[in-house]
Amino acid sequence: MKAIVLGGTSGMGRAIAQRLAERGDGVFLLGIGDTELERSAADLKSRHPSRVDVGYAVCDLEKPETFAGALDAADAALSGFDAVIVTAGLFATQEKLEADIEFTRRLVTVNYANTVVFCEHARKRLLERGGGHLTVFSSVAGDRGRKPVAIYGSAKAGLSVYLEALDHKFHAAGLSVLCVKPGFVKTAMTAGLKPPPFAGEPDQVANDVIRAMDARKPMIYTPGIWALVMLVIRWLPRFVMRKIGF
Amino acid sequence: MGSPANGQSTLSGWGRVPVPGHEQLSENLEAATRGAVLCRGLGRSYGDSSLPANASDKVVATRLANRILAFDPETGILRAEAGLCLADLNRLFIPRGYFTPVTPGTKFVTVGGMVASDVHGKNHHIEGCFGAHVRSLRMRLASDDIVTCSETENPDLFYATIGGMGLLGHILEVEFKMHRISSPWIWMESERVGDIDEFIAALGHAAPRWPMTVGWIDCLIRGASLGRGILMAGRWATPEEAKAEPPPLPRNKTLPFEFPNWAINSLTVQAFNFAYYWKHMDHRGSGVVGTEPFFYPLDAVLHWNRVYGARGFTQYQCVLPRAAGPRAVREFMELMTKLGGASPLCVIKDCGPEGKGLLSFPLEGTSIAIDMAISADTQRIVDRLNEFVIAAGGRIYLTKDGFTRAEHFAAMEPRLPKFLAAREKWDPKRRLRSAQSHRLFGDPA
Repeated sequence: MKAIVLGGTSGMGRAIAQRLAERGDGVFLLGIGDTELERSAADLKSRHPSRVDVGYAVCDLEKPETFAGALDAADAALSGFDAVIVTAGLFATQEKLEADIEFTRRLVTVNYANTVVFCEHARKRLLERGGGHLTVFSSVAGDRGRKPVAIYGSAKAGLSVYLEALDHKFHAAGLSVLCVKPGFVKTAMTAGLKPPPFAGEPDQVANDVIRAMDARKPMIYTPGIWALVMLVIRWLPRFVMRKIGF
Repeated sequence: MGSPANGQSTLSGWGRVPVPGHEQLSENLEAATRGAVLCRGLGRSYGDSSLPANASDKVVATRLANRILAFDPETGILRAEAGLCLADLNRLFIPRGYFTPVTPGTKFVTVGGMVASDVHGKNHHIEGCFGAHVRSLRMRLASDDIVTCSETENPDLFYATIGGMGLLGHILEVEFKMHRISSPWIWMESERVGDIDEFIAALGHAAPRWPMTVGWIDCLIRGASLGRGILMAGRWATPEEAKAEPPPLPRNKTLPFEFPNWAINSLTVQAFNFAYYWKHMDHRGSGVVGTEPFFYPLDAVLHWNRVYGARGFTQYQCVLPRAAGPRAVREFMELMTKLGGASPLCVIKDCGPEGKGLLSFPLEGTSIAIDMAISADTQRIVDRLNEFVIAAGGRIYLTKDGFTRAEHFAAMEPRLPKFLAAREKWDPKRRLRSAQSHRLFGDPA
């Protein structure tokens, strides 16, 4: 596999990039911040003995004008890619978003609109070569409208629907679209929150995601326990949802 | 999705005694350590060395900062962020023919933690502690400046940081030298030993012949057979001895629930010890084993600390100097048995010369480690054992400690003034602190 990881310098993206590099897959990093990209690329090189080079390019989900150039740079460095993984995104608690309307606009734009635009760039390039993998991190927060993640969840809901539609539309053409729905994972993004008893670790998520990509699954919950949790949540009647603060 | 952290969030060490506090996870240690008073890795130190002195202290968890920044296959020199876990390092580098120069008894430790505790292993008599193999450290100081230290650059900071329990500055990056290994397998020999005097002699006999040695003692046996146990010695297997296939990947089991408090009592401990002893009934055993069972037998059961139940546990580890003689070891064992700290695990090890780290644990002599379930009696037992250790000229291991009194620590640590002078220079206001430094050095809470 020759994979591009947008968000591969931190959190679950870093864990995925590390696992791919360790098993010998080609990796190209996209992200913001030259130093972080450079250090992360050095890490991936050290994790696999025969890795000649790991390239990187700046690609900022707040700046759609960087998308095409970054993907072209990756294409050149990897001499063609067959997987694009998007883990980057913004997060803030509902309280913080309600208090900061400008950050609300940024978060919704980055997590939905600009991610969709990036995916359109990526899937066109993949389809030109007969397909490949497009793996995008959505969230369990997008499955139901819930009080603690009202704004964040709504952007992820839109993203999940877009990814499902892409899968329906291009599966036959050879494009495997994987919508990843992580539950609570202990990363820097969730550092201000109190973890629930079944909180996951980035490594666990990375293993689940790579396994799902290899099996060409269209959607996974990770860690696996969230499939059960969300099964219940998805079927809860509205009057029950109204009462609980989950 | 959870709720924002509130004041009820707690942190604990491996001994599972919680204190109010909250850890901040970050991949970017340089940013996260600004204004922090303590870093912690995987929280495997038993006592309170990775716990905050005050619930509002900013404690950074380093485990996501795990990048390997450089590796030179020629020299084996590796530079990594402090949060890199030894389990990852082993997984990546054993197949390539490299191993960390020193490993503690768990692979769930970060390289930053290995420096802060200056960990030692079964090869201490040959290789010394981990710190002896560290070439340089990148640190954020109490002043918030970032500096590099090594044997030649800021050497006083370097030696106070090795074994300094993270009190001199936050370790951001560690550069050390990996060892080449002849195969991913260990040639191991085990031998049944009848009593404590025989044990000391056997350890002394094995030390010059084996790069790695460790002993396991049945502490509940009294009288003539006091100190009965198993001595294990090993070395890296040659390519000819090694099995053709790589050692199996560890398939960890986890202990999914905590045992009730009554589960560890002297009867269950005796049953365990009896089984372990008879497993090694053949007077002598030898063969090729993987690194996992040899170095990390307890890691095979994740969360094994839950066997001690909700009350938590501690470990008492001390070293008695060679000068005190085997008699001191026998007396220590007798005292321990008399005080009744039931322990399913008593480990004995022959230590080599003292290292250069100002608070490094080992010194030439015999190290003994026992687990103890925490009870109303624990403070008294630790006090009594410490009094014995002070009289014998020995010392305790801070990484395992949660009960030692400040005056006892001062009495067993002649290097303390030098360490405190280094802290005075690099952190005069004692901004960097832990619950342990509050207890042992009187740092502000």
